[in-house]
Amino acid sequence: MNLRRDVFQAIADPTRRAILLLVTSHSMTAGAIASNFDTARPTVSKHLKILTECELLQQTQNGREVHYTINAKKMKEIDEFIEPFRQMWDERFNKLEEIMKNYKPEN
Amino acid sequence: MELKTKINAQEDKQELVITRDFDLPVELLFKAYVEPEIVAQWMGTKVLKLESKKHGGYQFETSDAKGNVVVQMNGVIHEFIPNEKITRTFEMENSPFAVQLEFLEFEKITDSKSKLTMQIVYKSTDLRDQMLQLPFKQGLNMAHNRLEEICNKLK
Repeated sequence: MNLRRDVFQAIADPTRRAILLLVTSHSMTAGAIASNFDTARPTVSKHLKILTECELLQQTQNGREVHYTINAKKMKEIDEFIEPFRQMWDERFNKLEEIMKNYKPEN
Repeated sequence: MELKTKINAQEDKQELVITRDFDLPVELLFKAYVEPEIVAQWMGTKVLKLESKKHGGYQFETSDAKGNVVVQMNGVIHEFIPNEKITRTFEMENSPFAVQLEFLEFEKITDSKSKLTMQIVYKSTDLRDQMLQLPFKQGLNMAHNRLEEICNKLK
């Protein structure tokens, strides 16, 4: 539970969400990630540290460079946490839509 | 694929926001929240009381397949503006969950499309997270019950 709450803290921040989006397609160095933001480099580093600690990002050593990639397994965990709740509402709303599409006023 | 029903739950907030676009005129969407027989159908619950007006209240009761009452829910309505807004409380009776506050906003997008935004405010972030896990736990329980049934038949 605590672990999951940390993960939620991590994705609560818009910059951190943007970082996660950036690295979904390919691994990137800290410098390449930082160049996408107006924020100061140390701030981006701080975000990277948090994301890595929460295991949302993985670091891989590539020669002298450290590359960041997304940890798909951890991202899935977030999804699974909210997903049943979302599905419950989605099913209710689908039903609502279906009922109202066939709705005929009585008079 | 773009999901029709979205949920935004930020870790540092004791609330969550559910949004959904409907292929329905806003008047019909709103009606689905007002007519007791319709609410009963899509919420899958018995509607004991539904007074859709300011200072009104509601009471729902959900039973399992055997007819045993599983959940009793109730709340009061604070704001009621047709085709625009419902502000109400929601409480699950005999549960450890504190009452929650719900802001429902109905928006017309086009003549045949509308949007619902449901903001739910909980007593604490912990309570919110527990509520979020509820359907997951119910799903597990149902799976366990089913398993138990099958096992009992095997005896």
